[in-house]
Amino acid sequence: MARKFLSGNEAFAYGVRLARPHVISAYPITPQTIVVEKLSEFVEDGSLRSEFIHVESEHSALSCAMGASSVGARAFTATSSQGLLYMAECLPYAAGGRFPIVMMNANRSTALPWNIYGDQRDSLSQLDSGWIQAYAENAQEALDIALMSFYIAEHKNVSTPFMANLDGFVLTHTYEVVDVPTAEQADEFLPPFETENKLSLSNPKNLGFSAGPDTNTFFKYKEHSGLLNVRNVVAEAESKFESIFGRKYTGLTESFKTDDADYILITLGSISGLAREIVDRLREQGEKVGLLRIRYMRPFPNDEIAAAVKNAKAVAVLEKDISFGNEGTVYTNVNSALQKAGISIPTSDYIGGLGGKNISAEEIEGIFEELKQKKSAVKFLGIEVR
Amino acid sequence: MAVTAKTLNETEFFYGHKACAGCGGSLAVRIALKVLGERSIAVVPAGCMSAVGFNFPQLCFGNNAIISTFAGTASMLTGVEAGLRAQGITNFHAVGFAGDGGTADIGLQALSGAIDRNDDILYICYDNEAYMNTGIQKSSLTPFGARTTTTPAGKNIHGNLRQKKNMFEIVAAHGIPYAATASVGYINDFMRKVEKAKSIKGTKYIHILAPCPTGWGIKTDETVEAAKEVVDCGLWYLAEYENGSFTLNHDPKEFSSVEDYLRKQARFRHLTDEDIEIIKQSRDAKWEYIHKNFK
Repeated sequence: MARKFLSGNEAFAYGVRLARPHVISAYPITPQTIVVEKLSEFVEDGSLRSEFIHVESEHSALSCAMGASSVGARAFTATSSQGLLYMAECLPYAAGGRFPIVMMNANRSTALPWNIYGDQRDSLSQLDSGWIQAYAENAQEALDIALMSFYIAEHKNVSTPFMANLDGFVLTHTYEVVDVPTAEQADEFLPPFETENKLSLSNPKNLGFSAGPDTNTFFKYKEHSGLLNVRNVVAEAESKFESIFGRKYTGLTESFKTDDADYILITLGSISGLAREIVDRLREQGEKVGLLRIRYMRPFPNDEIAAAVKNAKAVAVLEKDISFGNEGTVYTNVNSALQKAGISIPTSDYIGGLGGKNISAEEIEGIFEELKQKKSAVKFLGIEVR
Repeated sequence: MAVTAKTLNETEFFYGHKACAGCGGSLAVRIALKVLGERSIAVVPAGCMSAVGFNFPQLCFGNNAIISTFAGTASMLTGVEAGLRAQGITNFHAVGFAGDGGTADIGLQALSGAIDRNDDILYICYDNEAYMNTGIQKSSLTPFGARTTTTPAGKNIHGNLRQKKNMFEIVAAHGIPYAATASVGYINDFMRKVEKAKSIKGTKYIHILAPCPTGWGIKTDETVEAAKEVVDCGLWYLAEYENGSFTLNHDPKEFSSVEDYLRKQARFRHLTDEDIEIIKQSRDAKWEYIHKNFK
């Protein structure tokens, strides 16, 4: 284990190197580019033996990764924002083909208006594409998710592509001290990719076929089941990870002082660090508040959320996203989880950080203050809506 | 030994599909796979050949095959080739079969990328001169004057107003190791080209004209004849590009009648004498260029 001072992007690239993908398809887009730059350096210096392919678009990046995965090769690519949307056709394609590709997405706003800074509208707009979606909070978790993502995606009960999300700039470009495992440790953790779902010269197959109305639901149900199996496989992966690397992760969500909390804030991604500090500050003042960080948006942690908030008086979701004409998508999902669990408490949605706008400590304190009114509402942080 | 009808592999790799009777595209796929053999991995985009061959549970390819996205034939081939090579697997052929729309329109960017990288793949475009799978709409390889369902022929407009895109020379302009044109009417020439492509490292492109009786309005037993005639009348040509230069493989001493070729097909039936004159003139200009620039 070596300690290095790395940005989120670099930490993720180190994690990918430990997983030693056979094929990397690379296309630049801010703020993801450093990942593929770093990987190209690893290939150049011989520390990574991957086929590094300079594709001519994001659509081809994922199409190429599918080709590699279809012959049983471990494949990685990375993208962001417009790039994610440009490859959108390939997202459900990879999921339906059960190709366990790993892709890093640097969360970035989508045009128009043009904006290169971070929000989560890009990945959340693709929630229904059939991919596993994880959100890292810091550079260490980015590296650890990079390594674990291959374990989870390639597991025989899952066989589903994995999108690892890092908040653009705030996480992708911020430097932290990160523990980088050794290659030997990584090999102990991550088994080689083995699958029956591949084209094989000794056992030829036809893949990527059509399935009409009579069989389509069967395939889609199998795809859904693969995603639902992720919960158990994440637990298995994190347990093995802890035994080798000593770092503990907590599954699809992470609770912070929620057990006796009256008011709970639900977050996604890097903003959780600040929110945790606010919870500590308010706790010191005697406020019974807590934080629930969603680590995986797909599969969605319905049970974990219900269990964490069942004794709370009110819940707020803070998200860098809006589904225009409705509300934030995280909020919609959280409300569904509570309704199914028979939990009837006020819930509010705070939409903030769009296009990289800073979310301040005061704003988060303000959310906890407003929660005490126990009213349901959808609000935009930082603008006055009359 | 050159592959001929006599020495051709008897194994069928594209068999039991439900292509229309007389389909030129399926003939090209069938013959190419016989030449390439069982260690072929075919990538076929959304289009006629995937629609007729991949309906679960009736999957008709005897070799490995996969449907790619419409735009993604070449990029998926790249991944297949790199993925196998990275696992130490050798002695295989990654071959794509895409139609004219899938190649010259929506798939052109990915194809250009693959040629630019010189990926070790063979890309075969079966050109039936329109989007046939969706019901005969104009592509950039639809010839001048052809009626399609999006270029109707009426009093004001006589079908397609644009000339066929010059895919062969566009591909060659990348400096590709090997490119060729072919026709299902000259099948020995096509087999020879596939066999040659087999032995060349890097990106290979073969553009084969493949009539579609359904879309062209010819009888189902006229496919091969039409594919022969289009070469004989000079509206298509058989050529290769290799080591930076063009070679003409077949130089008709005298062209057969363009008018006869066009008049047999329902898609050209509306053409006036003036329209046919335009087609002849552009043919002559093309051949002047070929004689000047091709060996």
